[in-house]
Amino acid sequence: MRYRLGMAALAGSVAFSLSPAFATDLEVTHWWTSGGEAAAVAEFAKAFDATGNKWIDGAIAGSGGTARPIMVSRITGGDPMGATQFNHGRQAEELVQEGLMRDLTDLATKEKWAEVIRPKSLLDNCTIEGKIYCAPVNIHSWQWLWLSNKAFTDAGVAVPTNWDEFVAAAPKLREKNIIPLAVGGQGWQATGAFDTMLLELGGKDLYLKIYQDKDSEAAGGPEAAKIFKAADDARKLAKGSNVQDWNQATNLVITGKAGGQIMGDWAQGEFAVAGLKAGTDYSCLPGLGVSNPTLATGGDAFYFPVLKDEAKSAAQEVLASTMLKPEVQVAFNAKKGSLPVRGDVDVGSVNDCTRKGLDILAKPDSVVKSTDELASADTQKQKEDLFTEFFANESLTAEDAQKRFAEIISSAD
Amino acid sequence: MTSTTLSTTRPKRPSQLFRNLSAKLASIPMILTALVIFLGGTVWTVVYSFTSSRLLPRLRWAGLEQYERLWATPRWLVSIENLLVYGVLSLIFSFVIGFVLAALMDQKIRFESAFRTIFLYPFALSFVVTGLVWQWLLNPEFGVQNIVREMGWTSFTFDPLYDQSIVIYGILIASLWQGTGLVMCLMLAGLRGIDEDIWKAARVDGIPMWKTYLFIVIPMMRPVFITTLVIVASGIVRVYDLVVAQTSGGPGTASEVPAKYVYDYMFQAQNLGQGFAASTVMLLTVAIVVVPWAYLEFGRRKRV
Repeated sequence: MRYRLGMAALAGSVAFSLSPAFATDLEVTHWWTSGGEAAAVAEFAKAFDATGNKWIDGAIAGSGGTARPIMVSRITGGDPMGATQFNHGRQAEELVQEGLMRDLTDLATKEKWAEVIRPKSLLDNCTIEGKIYCAPVNIHSWQWLWLSNKAFTDAGVAVPTNWDEFVAAAPKLREKNIIPLAVGGQGWQATGAFDTMLLELGGKDLYLKIYQDKDSEAAGGPEAAKIFKAADDARKLAKGSNVQDWNQATNLVITGKAGGQIMGDWAQGEFAVAGLKAGTDYSCLPGLGVSNPTLATGGDAFYFPVLKDEAKSAAQEVLASTMLKPEVQVAFNAKKGSLPVRGDVDVGSVNDCTRKGLDILAKPDSVVKSTDELASADTQKQKEDLFTEFFANESLTAEDAQKRFAEIISSAD
Repeated sequence: MTSTTLSTTRPKRPSQLFRNLSAKLASIPMILTALVIFLGGTVWTVVYSFTSSRLLPRLRWAGLEQYERLWATPRWLVSIENLLVYGVLSLIFSFVIGFVLAALMDQKIRFESAFRTIFLYPFALSFVVTGLVWQWLLNPEFGVQNIVREMGWTSFTFDPLYDQSIVIYGILIASLWQGTGLVMCLMLAGLRGIDEDIWKAARVDGIPMWKTYLFIVIPMMRPVFITTLVIVASGIVRVYDLVVAQTSGGPGTASEVPAKYVYDYMFQAQNLGQGFAASTVMLLTVAIVVVPWAYLEFGRRKRV
């Protein structure tokens, strides 16, 4: 996902197959540089090379926050790449409005994207004024609580099955010097944890009222106050997790030094790499274990800047079509740890947690748009500033934080 | 009638415009660069700070909206406060330490060049490397705190980077370590420029050494001090990479600085207008300091 820090910039060097005689080189930029991510990208590269073209890997180390400015300045500066990753949502909105992105409507109609891509909202994100400008490739969701079975066994309490039990078990963990909740220092992590609590504990309606309708009264109201109360609990539980990166925080859970972490499904890749098994070594609670969990559909999409070179433009269409082929979707998403955007493919045997996620996604009522899709990058950044401070600074009370939150929502777009 | 005869009789002076023509021609590219890139870029930024530009610059006027929002943003206020604390302390300490080191170095000590190299060495490292090194040194689990604890003082606590109230001092330490060597070298060059005879005269008059430094040498070193001030101060205002490498602005927003606000809002938040407004305020801050000083400095020189 967008957040992986570039530990493995080297891993970005994808192995290329031999290029055929009339290959068109197409540079593709993305920020997938960790081990699992690079392996997933290699699946795209392999499939694209098999079409007779050549994938030139333009991995940008660092998180999306580092990579996106580089991508945008290349496109606006007149040096566009062949294709580039963005998250589902509004990150490339203005680039499309300026006419810098290629219109994929014809291809989409020909290949019936509207029928195969699920949930439909993903294609809506790519659609501006009736035209389709991007190809969604995967679905990630934020709303998971990952628990270390070892930590709870050590503390002598049962592994919680929902958020309330988790909060109740926390003092026992503290007694054993275990941090109940691991939260990394980067702003987006605290924000994601809050948004997850808002969606699950506050309910879908409140979430949509605040982020979709930008209703500042709801954001400042008593229902949201409860969520701030829960976030206040969470920051107390998180005290002592002196790490920055999300995977370091996940590692605290893996090693049993922390009880749990609220983090997106990409965290599962870390558990897999560490050789842990879902159910026995770690547990997952989609939607924080509430009775009616909702998942938001974040993830990534590829955009294709307008190019002058005709051969390259043709290759862009081939790439877009390749990325959405059923077999490529399965191979890519298996390595990425995300879910395919096509509802008509068989993902094969998956573990407990992924199965739970798939079951929730199958119910249209349990799926909402992610905050990246609903709010602008500007609003997201302001929220990040607020929540990173809220989690680090205990003298900022829940009431004051809520007041500031309501102000952000009132000017949000 | 008279005026025309006067003008014809007066010897014609060569036009000022064509004096040193080749030198003037040669400086045209630099003048253009300064006008177009520096001045032009600045004006462009200021103009667009009054718009509601998001990802791309667009001329949609928003009046003072961006500035109102800026001064209502807690993170910006924290940034300004940090810059003040960091700037004032960094100026004082780098000047005092740098001058004392230079004065000590000037006592005709042995191995002077070796010491000079050692003190100047940190300056060869970029702020990013400096920041990472000090992030590790100040990390409670690997760094100084751990070493002292292992030596037996188990209650010793020194973790500035994880404490909101003192994190800016952790950054100050790293920047002093990196920058003091340069100040020392500049000061040393200044000291070497002081005539030996002045020292002899002071000694004959029986003036103690510290007084000679304070009342004779330092006033004579005025140009060196001003050069150093400009170099150090410009480094302070644009401090960014050190903070990113050491704390990324954390914990929370406790070590944010204005330059980081500008970058984050221009690129991560995709809000150019807000970033431009912040950078315009930074420019104004610098102007408020520099303009009165330049006026005094150059105004006086003309009168002499």
